[in-house]
Amino acid sequence: MTLMKKLLGASAAIALSAGAALAEPGLIIDLGGKFDKSFNESAYNGAQKWVEDTGGEYLETELQSEAQREQTMRRMAERGANPIVVLGFANASTLEKVAPDYPETSFAIVDMVVDQPNVQSIVFSEHEGSFLVGMMAAMASETGTVSFVGGMDVPLIRKFACGYAQGAEAANPDVKVIQNMTGTTPSAWNDPVKGAELTKAQIAQGSDVVFAAAGGTGVGVLQAAKDEGILSIGVDSNQNYLHPGSVLTSMTKRVDNAVYTVFEQGEEGFTPGINVLSLENDGVGYAMDDNNKDLVTEEMVNALEDAKAKIVAGEIKVHDYTSDDSCPAG
Amino acid sequence: MTLPKWADVVLIPLINLLLALFVSGLVVLMIGEDPINAMKIMVNGAVGSTYGWGYTLFYATNFIFTGLAVAVAFHARLFNIGGEGQAQLGALGVALVCLALPWPHWTLALPFAILGGAVFGAAWAAIPAYLQARRGSHIVITTIMFNFIASALLVYLLVSALKAPGMAPESARFPEGTFLPNARDVFGMIGVKFARSPLNVSFLLGLVACFLVWLLLWRTRLGYEIRAYGHSEPAAIYAGISPFRITMITMLISGALAGLMAVNAVQGEAQRLLQDNVLGAGFVGIAVALMGRSHPVGVLIAAVLFGALYQGGAELEFETSVPREMVLVIQALVILFTGALDNMVRGPVTGAFLRFGRRPGATTKAAE
Repeated sequence: MTLMKKLLGASAAIALSAGAALAEPGLIIDLGGKFDKSFNESAYNGAQKWVEDTGGEYLETELQSEAQREQTMRRMAERGANPIVVLGFANASTLEKVAPDYPETSFAIVDMVVDQPNVQSIVFSEHEGSFLVGMMAAMASETGTVSFVGGMDVPLIRKFACGYAQGAEAANPDVKVIQNMTGTTPSAWNDPVKGAELTKAQIAQGSDVVFAAAGGTGVGVLQAAKDEGILSIGVDSNQNYLHPGSVLTSMTKRVDNAVYTVFEQGEEGFTPGINVLSLENDGVGYAMDDNNKDLVTEEMVNALEDAKAKIVAGEIKVHDYTSDDSCPAG
Repeated sequence: MTLPKWADVVLIPLINLLLALFVSGLVVLMIGEDPINAMKIMVNGAVGSTYGWGYTLFYATNFIFTGLAVAVAFHARLFNIGGEGQAQLGALGVALVCLALPWPHWTLALPFAILGGAVFGAAWAAIPAYLQARRGSHIVITTIMFNFIASALLVYLLVSALKAPGMAPESARFPEGTFLPNARDVFGMIGVKFARSPLNVSFLLGLVACFLVWLLLWRTRLGYEIRAYGHSEPAAIYAGISPFRITMITMLISGALAGLMAVNAVQGEAQRLLQDNVLGAGFVGIAVALMGRSHPVGVLIAAVLFGALYQGGAELEFETSVPREMVLVIQALVILFTGALDNMVRGPVTGAFLRFGRRPGATTKAAE
C-alpha cells in the first residue's frame, strides 16, 4: 500500500513538472543522429545557440526509426511543447496527419511543404548555394572533372546536384561532372563507408573536387577525399574544420538559423505558411574561414560574389530541379 | 516436471523479471542515473495515464499476434523466428487490400485486411515450412533468412511500384474508409475521456485470436495432433499423424498470426506502408511466447508486460538523459533472463521445492 502511495505521489510530481514545462519549444532530431556534422547537427546548434542567448529550455528527442515518427511527434505535442520543429522531408506525411489533431500547437517542418493552418514550412534554395560551390569546384579543379555524392536519391538531393552541375558549367563550360547517389532509403544518410567508396570510384574517373550532400554519409566522403589528396566540399553545416587544407568550402544551409528563429518567435510570433530561405536572406551560402583561406583564391571569391549578386538580382536563373524534375546541366 | 504448475507459470517468470529489472537498475546506476526514478518514470509512462495505457496496449496487440505465432509453432516443436518477416509481408498484404479499393466503411475493409495480412504472412511461412518438411532444411535458419528477404522486398517495392509521389519511401495514405476506430472514439461514445493513442479495435481482434488459438490447441483434433507431434515425432507417426501435414499447417497458422500484426500496426496506426512496419515485434514475440509458456493466456499477459516495457522505455528516453540504447538494454535483459537464462532460475527453485516444499502431486506422477 505504501509503495502504491509512493508511486502515485511520484506520478503527481511528474504531472506537475509537465504542467510547468508548458510552452517550451521542441525539436525532433531526425534519423542519422544528432552529431551527423551536417543537417541534424546544424539544427541542434541553432537550438543550443537559442539556449545560450535566451537562457530558455527546450525539449529534444532523437528518432531511431521511421515508425516512431508519429508517436514522437504526438508525445512532443502532448507534453505541451510549442512550437515544435521537425527536420526533414520524411516527416511530411506524418505531420499532415498529426498537425490537425493539435490545432493549438504550432509546427515547423524543414525541407518540405505541409499545407496546414498551424504549420510553417521552411524550404531552402539549395540550388542557388550549390551553384556557387559548383563554380568554385570547377575553378579549383585541375583535371577539369568534378563530382557529387548524394545521400538518398530523392528530388531534394537532385536539386543540390543540379545546382552544382550548373555552377560548374558556368565557370568552365568543358567541365565533366560525375554524380552518384548512396542509396534509395533513409539508411543512405548514414553510410560513410559507402560514401568513401563512391568518392574513390569518382577519383578513379578523374575527379579532383567532390561535393557531398549526404548527411552523415558525407563524413566518409570528406575523409576519402583527404586520404586521396583531393579537395572536398561539405554541406549544411560549415564542415571546413573537419579536414583543414582538404575541405575547399561548405555549402551552408542555415538550418540553425531557421530553428533559432522559430524558437525565438515562440508561440506568439509564429507564422504559418511557406518560408523560403535563399541566397538573398543568407539562408544558403558558402563558408569561408581560417581553415580554407589558403585553398580559395581571391579570383574565386570575386567570381562567386559576382554570381551571387546576379542570382539575387535575377540576372542569373539557377534551374530548380524540383520545379520540373529535370536538369539542364550535368 | 518436478514443479507445481503455479511455480512454473507464475513464480519463475516473476523471479526472472525481477532479476532482469535488478540488473537493469545496476546498469542505470552505472551510467549515473537514479534507477528508482527511472523505474518510476517507466511505470508511470506505461500505465499512469490513458495515453500510456493506449500505447502500452497498442504495442501489446502487436506482441499478442507475434507471440501467438511463435507459441503455436512451439507446440509442434518448430522454432519460428521469422515472425518479423512474416509480419512485414502481412503488412504488404494489408496495404494492398487497403489501397486496392476506395473502401466505404472500415467494417467492410477489416475482414479483407485480416484476410490479406493472414494470407501473405502464411505464404511467407509456407516456403520455410516446405523446406523443413520435405528437405529437412532447419526452420530456424530458413525463417531468419526470410526476414532479410522480406525486408529487402519491401524496400524494393517502396522505392518502385508502391511509392507515393513525394520523396519519402512510403506508400500512399490508405483511404479514409479503412481507418479503424481507435480507443478515443470508442470511449468517447460512452462519455469516457481517453487520450489520443493508436490503440484500436485490433486489440479486441488480438483477444479473439488468443481464444481461438486456445480452442485450436486444446479443443480440436488438429490441435491435439500438433501437440502430439511436438511431444514425440515417432509416436505421432505411429499414431498416423503426417509430419509433413502438421509442419505445413502449423507454420501456415503461425505465419498467418504474425501477418495479422499488420492489421494493428499498418491499418490501425501508420495508415500507410512504411519500410519497417514491425519494429522488432517479431523477435519480441519469441520472448513473449517463452515467458507466456506458449499458452494464450500467458502470451497475453507477457505481451502486455512487454508493451509496458516498450512504452515505458520510450517515455524514459523522452523524460531523462538515459539514452535510447539503454532502454534496449533493459528490454534485452528481460528477454535474456526470461528466455535464455530460464534454467538458471529453474534449477535453484526446483531444488528449493524438493528440499522445503510439500512434495507436489506432479512429482509422483513424473516418477512413475
